[in-house]
Amino acid sequence: MGSFSQWFHRLGAPKSFYRVTDSWLPWLAAATALLLVVGLVWGLAFAPQDAKQGNSFRIIYIHVPAAFLALAGYYVMAVAGAVGLIWRMKLSFMVMKCAAPLGAALTFASLFTGALWGKPTWGTYWVWDARITSMLVLFFLYLGVIALHHAYSNLDAANKASAVLALVGTVNIPIIYKSVDWWYTLHQPATIKFSGDTSMHPDMLQPLIVMIAGFYCFYALALIMATRAEILHRERRTDWVGALLVGEGRS
Amino acid sequence: MFQFDSFQDFIFMSGHGPYVWVSYGVTLAVMGYLVIGPMLRKKNVKKAVQSQKARAERQLERGKNASS
Repeated sequence: MGSFSQWFHRLGAPKSFYRVTDSWLPWLAAATALLLVVGLVWGLAFAPQDAKQGNSFRIIYIHVPAAFLALAGYYVMAVAGAVGLIWRMKLSFMVMKCAAPLGAALTFASLFTGALWGKPTWGTYWVWDARITSMLVLFFLYLGVIALHHAYSNLDAANKASAVLALVGTVNIPIIYKSVDWWYTLHQPATIKFSGDTSMHPDMLQPLIVMIAGFYCFYALALIMATRAEILHRERRTDWVGALLVGEGRS
Repeated sequence: MFQFDSFQDFIFMSGHGPYVWVSYGVTLAVMGYLVIGPMLRKKNVKKAVQSQKARAERQLERGKNASS
């Protein structure tokens, strides 16, 4: 426990975070690339088409992973905000700030691919279905956190206000999860269940799991890269960033 | 097993091609941007830090010349 809290505190310093994550990036990038390439080829060309939906079903291999990470990313953002509020950790607020545009982009991707999947399947790009509407609310929550952070000129106030908004917005997450069960409208219920039977053929499920794993790796990679860029920007006047960046330029 | 009879068939996807390819294209473009964005930001910070350093060195040089 003692060594863990030490490690945690060291990681909490922006400079140490930058150093520690340096060696993570190539591995994360390699894992992301490998999983996404395998998953994409498998899902697009080798997975069987859906008996009812045909080939439009292949959109699932990006739609579901994007939606997964849009939701998981909201927790990451809210937890980072909470950690920042409780322990006054600078790095944590930086992670929160960087998680907002990342989550917004993934929410957009899941809404966009959902619309394109809806057209050939339901005959319409958009319906005000409970799941879709609550995902749209998620998108606006992400945008709200970004806008609120920009609205303050004082960094401390910006961090606190956006962390509070992020935390309040978490009430939307269980609504999104449960929306398909509470209001049975157009959007189909969850196909992957952590308890009980998954209602999907293994030939279709396996590439989906590869894609979800790939999106998780991608999320970690993108969030760490964004946080590192934020650290460099924030600490651009410090000696260590000066030495790091100027040294890099000369070598 | 490859699910399509030909490459054209693969692109066409029995009429669902445009929906599938635009979905994948836009999502991958968004993901690419999320990775390239931080790289560009780092490059900008680097440029700013380097020019700041160069400016400081020039000023120091000028200071030395003026005092001598």
